[in-house]
Amino acid sequence: MPAVPLVACHDCDLLTRLPEVPEGATAYCARCGGVLRRRRRDSIERTLALTLAASMLFAVANVFPFLSFEMRGRVTETTLATGVFDLWEQGVPAIAVLVGFTAVLAPLAQLSLLLYVLLPVRLGRVPWQMPRMFRLLRRIQPWSMMEVFLVGILVAVTKLVDMASVVPGLALWAFAGLIVVLAGALASLDPEAVWERLEVRR
Amino acid sequence: MTSALAAELTRCHACALLCRLPGNGGRGGDGEHAAHGALCPRCGAPLHGRKPQSLERTWAWLIAALLCYLPANLLPIMKVTSLGRAQADTIMSGVVYLLLHGMWPLALVVFVASVFVPLLKLAILFGLLVSVHRGSRWRPVDRTRLYRITEAIGRWSMVDIFVVTILVALVRLGNLATVEAQPGAVFFGAVVVLTMLAAESFDPRLIWDRSEGRAA
Repeated sequence: MPAVPLVACHDCDLLTRLPEVPEGATAYCARCGGVLRRRRRDSIERTLALTLAASMLFAVANVFPFLSFEMRGRVTETTLATGVFDLWEQGVPAIAVLVGFTAVLAPLAQLSLLLYVLLPVRLGRVPWQMPRMFRLLRRIQPWSMMEVFLVGILVAVTKLVDMASVVPGLALWAFAGLIVVLAGALASLDPEAVWERLEVRR
Repeated sequence: MTSALAAELTRCHACALLCRLPGNGGRGGDGEHAAHGALCPRCGAPLHGRKPQSLERTWAWLIAALLCYLPANLLPIMKVTSLGRAQADTIMSGVVYLLLHGMWPLALVVFVASVFVPLLKLAILFGLLVSVHRGSRWRPVDRTRLYRITEAIGRWSMVDIFVVTILVALVRLGNLATVEAQPGAVFFGAVVVLTMLAAESFDPRLIWDRSEGRAA
């Protein structure tokens, strides 16, 4: 075995000898500029803490209405789930499924998988089917689109203010907080550090 | 400079471990996936030198996305009925509405997310595919960068789909005002999903295989 380990670039396949990357530092590919390795400080602890916070905000964001709309004394409220349900009722199930998946199910799966893998790993255990679950997380990531949803809310509200009064609900604030906290959780996640711990434990 | 494939190695796409690729002569080229059934020893993901049938799959998703692109932009995405007056909105008329009401920052956001980004993605992926087929050696660093941009921005096109969802859910006041989703929204959602799948199927390492001139 060579003293300095080899890595291949994800984007251009260049083989490089990469010495241990210090915590908090990032190594880039010399040829294409792709990220070879990004090591985070206290990655597992920070990600876990932020994911726990995100899960609580996620519960609030889904249970309470995020907007209420008032026109001539009549009020409608909407939660995430009712929005999806209304689209289904209207006979556009394709969009209902797409929105339900990207705004509710994928984020839910993302948070659950993070907790499922990181909590036991932090406690020095390997959860059941851990490699499969952690790989699933990587696949689901691109489809979790809550931050895009928040921009959607902003645009929708702007369109409605002419028509009637729109009142932001509790869930909207939870949503805004959730996006920041989740972004922090994902930014502090270092998947390779998790895989390395698994390797040591075997 | 050596590529991992030439050294009979590959980076596991799931956990980044450098793995040996058994039974591969280290040849580059299309559909490089010589290691049938080989699994990453650390995470158990299937190993491939290159994403299997990357070009074919990317073309398929891209052509499907192109087919949906016109109806997505020409058909109305929603119908707003207010006090008996019905008005159908396309993506573009939604942008114009925001612009006319003096909300140009939001108009810009929606225009970029819904019109500019999908078109840019289609154009970039088309260009990348053609450049790989032609064995182009033109600025591989920039082409790789274009690919990374394509991967990162795709999700933002979902904004308009979410707007329709929220309006449908909020504005349901019977005769007073209702919003209904229209077929354009389905095509638009399809474009977003199909271009995301196209970007995911493309393997940026193919850009470099050709630049190294290893492919026959």
